[in-house]
Amino acid sequence: MDSVLPVGRPRVVEPASLRIIGFVGDLLTVARRSLRGALREPAAVIPALIIPVFFFAVNVGSLGNVANAVAGFDYTAFQLPVAVIFAVTGVSRANALVTDISSGYFERLLLTPVSRLALLLGLMAADVALVVALCLPVLAMGAVAGVSFVTGPLGMIAFVVVAAAWGLAFTGFPYAIALRTGSPAAVGASFILFFPFAFLTTAYVPADALSGWLATVAAVNPVTYVLDGLRSLVVAGWEPSRLAGALIATGAVAALSLTLSLAALRRRVRMGAS
Amino acid sequence: MTLATSGIETGAERQAPLAGGGHAVAARGLIREFGGRRAVDELSLAVSEGEIYGFLGPNGAGKTTTVRLLTTLLRPTGGRAQVAGVDVVDDPAGVRLRIGVALQEASLDLIQTGRELLSLQARMFRLPAAAARSRIGELIELVDLGQAIDRRVATYSGGMRRRLDLALALVHQPQVLFLDEPTTGLDPVSRRQVWEEVRRLNREEGLTVFLTTQYLEEADELAERIGIIVDGRLAAEGAPAELKRRIGRDVIVIRFDGEPGAAASTVADLDPVEHVEAADHELRLMVSDGPASIPIIAARLAQSDRLTVREMTLRRPSLDDVFLEVTGRRLAADGDQGDE
Repeated sequence: MDSVLPVGRPRVVEPASLRIIGFVGDLLTVARRSLRGALREPAAVIPALIIPVFFFAVNVGSLGNVANAVAGFDYTAFQLPVAVIFAVTGVSRANALVTDISSGYFERLLLTPVSRLALLLGLMAADVALVVALCLPVLAMGAVAGVSFVTGPLGMIAFVVVAAAWGLAFTGFPYAIALRTGSPAAVGASFILFFPFAFLTTAYVPADALSGWLATVAAVNPVTYVLDGLRSLVVAGWEPSRLAGALIATGAVAALSLTLSLAALRRRVRMGAS
Repeated sequence: MTLATSGIETGAERQAPLAGGGHAVAARGLIREFGGRRAVDELSLAVSEGEIYGFLGPNGAGKTTTVRLLTTLLRPTGGRAQVAGVDVVDDPAGVRLRIGVALQEASLDLIQTGRELLSLQARMFRLPAAAARSRIGELIELVDLGQAIDRRVATYSGGMRRRLDLALALVHQPQVLFLDEPTTGLDPVSRRQVWEEVRRLNREEGLTVFLTTQYLEEADELAERIGIIVDGRLAAEGAPAELKRRIGRDVIVIRFDGEPGAAASTVADLDPVEHVEAADHELRLMVSDGPASIPIIAARLAQSDRLTVREMTLRRPSLDDVFLEVTGRRLAADGDQGDE
């Protein structure tokens, strides 16, 4: 009875192909509105541009000489994946979703035949576009700092794909919180999630240099594997096992965050009759 | 989800009209519980096609919950409802295609332009591009937004937001329009504009309008029939004039100088006085026969040295009096609207 997520179409039986076209249309409509909103509220995106530049400059500037001398490797190249993770982690339009929920506009959308699933996935699609756009200045910054990809242009594309996939996996959390609570404060607080993921990992030194509890935490932090995969593309070459590690870690986080956000979506639209 | 009181019904029964044919909105035994408390309690009502129906009630009486049930935003705990002939539980998507809804407080996205919101709405209803363009053109004209349509909604006044909200509700040419307190918070001029709009839509497009309001004047002006909801139940229903007649009493309003309690007790024991309401410098008396009661009351007041009468008027019952009779309280408490 409670089939929440299926496409909310009238009961007129439509061929499956038409339904899919309808769903994709809904998704693009939602995504387009979301991107337009993001461009008009640059304040929501600018921190995601500044934070990676800031940390990249500080980390490379303060630790670069020491690390290069002690470890004997290119610390600038080592830091570039950290910058991209900082850029893409937590970028989402969950704030805009909460605004819609509290203004009642979300209900106006629920009063249309639009697919409920597209209301969430459309926002995520917009986030992927944003995240890819945020990767580009980071790559440019790396190029200026003298980082070159041993895997070449194809490796750069793979780098962006892995980073974007991670960014997408992470957005599920703020959306779950937005849909569950409808509270701007709670969504704002979800930024805290960023810290353990981004810092309790190999952000500063390689895994074999970590020790004690940090080594233990880093070993179970998916970001450790995402960073390792990204770094392999910059300095090591095509290493399927390290890329697979990044994708498996991303997939595991995506499975969790999507489950949570879809459950929250289901709960929010279940109050309605569809 | 349970439909506790609807019992076992066959598919054919569920398809059948709830309250005879020709009804735009029909509810029978509609129930909605929140944590065991019934916000809507076996409510039944029927709104004819092409009618403007005013839905009144004190705050918390279940007005908004009823609208949310009828517009598929909430699922009933029990009972049934059909809108435009479609069951709200069996086919909510079918209902959504046929209704336009403007909820309390214009719900809009402030950082988009009016035109962008209209075309977003059109796309979500799957209007073909050309049809959407011409419909949007019509609506811009209809709600008189002019050049502002290409500005962001954040720059709109309250009245403009309401009119855009109304336009959004109409993009897909619905058969039934739900308006939840459409003029709350608007200045009198904007309020009249919205009324004009609603009347025109009803007259020219044959739209059925289901309107909730806290302004009795609004219901009196617009609605052909009124339902008053109290504690989740329909307490009275009928045309405004009929409801007023049904009270069967007149109202005498006395403005005076003096202490209200003393003033009330001066006249309360008189035979024709059925009910006294005392406020600052004003008494309202419900009397069975106004013209015959005035001399009796005037004589008693003249004997009293406890108050000085400034003004005494006889009037027919207003909708506010109907409301008082039915709900035991006045709706027009905040003084920002007059129903007399």
